[in-house]
Amino acid sequence: MSNIVRIRKGLDLCLVGGASGEAVDCVSVPTRFAVFPDDYCGIMPKLAKKEGDVVNAGERVLFDKRNEDVSIVSPVAGVVKKVVRGERRKIVRVEIEADGSDRHEMFDVASDDADAVVSVLRRSGLWAYMRQRPYDIVPDAGYDKLPRDIFITAFDSAPLANPYTLLNKDTALFEKGVGILVKLTRGKVYVCCRQEEVVETPYSETYIVEGPHPAGNAGIQIANIKPVNKGETVWTLDADTVVRIGGLFANGYVDFSCVTAVVGECVKKPFLMKTTAGMPIADLLKDNLTEPAEKCRIISGNVLTGVKENCDGYLHFPFRQITVIPENSHESEFMGWASLSAKKYSFSRCFFSWLGRKDKKYHFDAKINGSERAIIMAGEYDKVLPMDIYSEYLIKAIIAKDIDKMEQLGIYEVAPEDFALCEFIDTSKLELQKIVREGLDYLRKEMN
Amino acid sequence: MKQLIKKYLEKIKPDFMPDGRLHSFKSVYDGFESFLFTPDTTSRSGVHIHDSNDSKRTMIIVVIALIPALLFGMYNVGYQRYLSIGVENPLFWNSFFYGFLAVLPKIVTSYVVGLGIEFASAQIRKHEIQEGFLVSGILIPMICPVETPVWMIAVATAFSVIFVKEVFGGTGMNIFNVALMTRAFLFFAYPSKMSGDNVFVASDSILGIGAGNVVNAYSGATPLGQIATHAGGDLHLTGITGEPLTLWQEFLGLIPGSIGETSTLFILVGAAILLFTGVANWRIILSVFVGGFVMCWIANMFPSEAYPGSLISPVEHLCLGGFAFAAVFMATDPVTAAHTDTGRYIYGFLVGVMAMLIRIYNTGYPEGAMLAVLLMNAFAPLIDYCVVESNVRRRMRRAKRALKNE
Repeated sequence: MSNIVRIRKGLDLCLVGGASGEAVDCVSVPTRFAVFPDDYCGIMPKLAKKEGDVVNAGERVLFDKRNEDVSIVSPVAGVVKKVVRGERRKIVRVEIEADGSDRHEMFDVASDDADAVVSVLRRSGLWAYMRQRPYDIVPDAGYDKLPRDIFITAFDSAPLANPYTLLNKDTALFEKGVGILVKLTRGKVYVCCRQEEVVETPYSETYIVEGPHPAGNAGIQIANIKPVNKGETVWTLDADTVVRIGGLFANGYVDFSCVTAVVGECVKKPFLMKTTAGMPIADLLKDNLTEPAEKCRIISGNVLTGVKENCDGYLHFPFRQITVIPENSHESEFMGWASLSAKKYSFSRCFFSWLGRKDKKYHFDAKINGSERAIIMAGEYDKVLPMDIYSEYLIKAIIAKDIDKMEQLGIYEVAPEDFALCEFIDTSKLELQKIVREGLDYLRKEMN
Repeated sequence: MKQLIKKYLEKIKPDFMPDGRLHSFKSVYDGFESFLFTPDTTSRSGVHIHDSNDSKRTMIIVVIALIPALLFGMYNVGYQRYLSIGVENPLFWNSFFYGFLAVLPKIVTSYVVGLGIEFASAQIRKHEIQEGFLVSGILIPMICPVETPVWMIAVATAFSVIFVKEVFGGTGMNIFNVALMTRAFLFFAYPSKMSGDNVFVASDSILGIGAGNVVNAYSGATPLGQIATHAGGDLHLTGITGEPLTLWQEFLGLIPGSIGETSTLFILVGAAILLFTGVANWRIILSVFVGGFVMCWIANMFPSEAYPGSLISPVEHLCLGGFAFAAVFMATDPVTAAHTDTGRYIYGFLVGVMAMLIRIYNTGYPEGAMLAVLLMNAFAPLIDYCVVESNVRRRMRRAKRALKNE
């Protein structure tokens, strides 16, 4: 019998342009792929390959300076074509030209004691697909401590989320993956899923999570099941990664295929596509935009936490969706604050969107709809943050860089993504996710 | 029209840029531009979409919620004037027009002075102009007696915008409610113009409207003024011509008092707008009324001739003076009230209790709502501290328990 967690606070945003149905195969095989070290927060990237080197699928191209085992790997077999660097020679991305072969990096998965498992996970690149609380980073390799618990999120509650789950097809691999993970913790492995797609394994404890977004965020699930305390570490990962881990230990290599949803208002025909991690966005969007690309905002990920990309960019981790919305649909609206339009969405009832049906879909563009102010509407964030945390006080403690206060107010429990909805509804238009990210980085620097 | 304005704004924009000839008015230009045309900046980091709501919208909704009470206040100013010169049933439009003429200069003054200072400080700090004063600017005239000279309003507004808001960092940073601090400044600096029997009813004709001599039985004492000066015997509240007041009149607001505060009915209309849109927090409004009622009820249980306020029924107390206005528009200021939900119950309840405590047991101050809100503004951070601290303790206990289990 599963346990049930009910989330009451939160908000399901209904956007135009959702996708449904079966995944279609990628028609054209893209030739260029990329990996972005910035997607794996907490890693100090160093190049393992030079431009021109040949790599196998699953072979590492980058590794962590502090623990050389922790790798970021190439999703395809080919040649390292280009290392793009930004300011101060920071590595922005590594581009790999696929050669069409299916050479895989093979790993020795015969031994299954914890040390061997850790080492295989690190070298296979799947370690980097996991996250750790506190700090919301790739599990710290410097720490040799194993986590208190491991939380697996088996659904996505974000706006226009990919309706497809690997689980439907790969329950066996999922179970195998959980069986591997359970060796890495002294505590339990928790699986959080929706009522419609309950999945149970002999190694894990299943929780059914009900309620609106951010119910699908690992941080919210942890906070409502077993909160993180100071000094404790918890790992989180999504079901796709668990299936990949299962695949790795069943076959000896990692499968980097993924199902990506191409969604959003500017997509002519939203659809699901079977593709490979790190593939170029242009291939996904080919002839499928309603507007010229320069008038669109292309987001790798969802509208709340995704990364802004150009149309010649690439799919970022966690490779789940591409959302395209208008950058700026109508130019500088005359007295927008006085608008009586029912088409403008607001979480508060200050606009007339509350008159519409609950499932009415809204058009959003990337406009901020206002400008930055001090926090005026006190207590606003708590309405969409289902955690036992006084978010406004935490944000202020972070801005003030007061470490004691941050600890006391629960910074170890949060990740930037948990504040995404707060940032969306904020009347003061503060960049909360950025503030939380900087706070976590600052804290980590000071604590280690 | 829209295009014309836009073109004009674009045309004069260079003048306000750093090397233009009007560069020292850049914040004013930006303020007007963003007021007329919603800025089309798009998000740089974090979420890619934003809620339509912003602080301009929020402030405008508060202003809209104030309009019913303000319009009724204007009517009542005229009505009381006509009553005082012996016109029993003045025409609606005469009363309203008289009141409009009496109140308009005060609104203009408070906006001109307050926004002027806001513009200047925005320019000095290179900030955008913040919208907070849109609300304060209309609140200030509404809580002043009609006879307050315009220059006093100017001085008091300047004092409180500078020393209560800007020195703390502007809208969102202030500790005390700006509008109430203006009122408090007037109250303590010019007591003779802010209390007593001769300031709550207009005494002159304006542009020939409302001319006449006051009737013999006239007394401009407000109901609360009558309570405060009452000595011995039965207490009967009367209107300005000596007629006894009914609870309905007190609820509707046809009694002398500060411009916007008399009509509990129209204040409740405003409250409905604020609560419905979610701009004001229902916890505060509810608990202020509960606190006030409880305090009056206790006082009324032990009536005493020494404290005539205790002779009045709790319901009547809630309708008199500035209590309802303070509960709906002053105590709910999100910046100066308690910020936590639990804290809001405590804060609101204490505002209600303090207001009635001062009103009933301190006969030196006929009305306590202003002082109660300001006092609780000072205590709100302490209340929040205790509430947040209990959350912190809960977290610490949890961590300790986890450590023990290991």
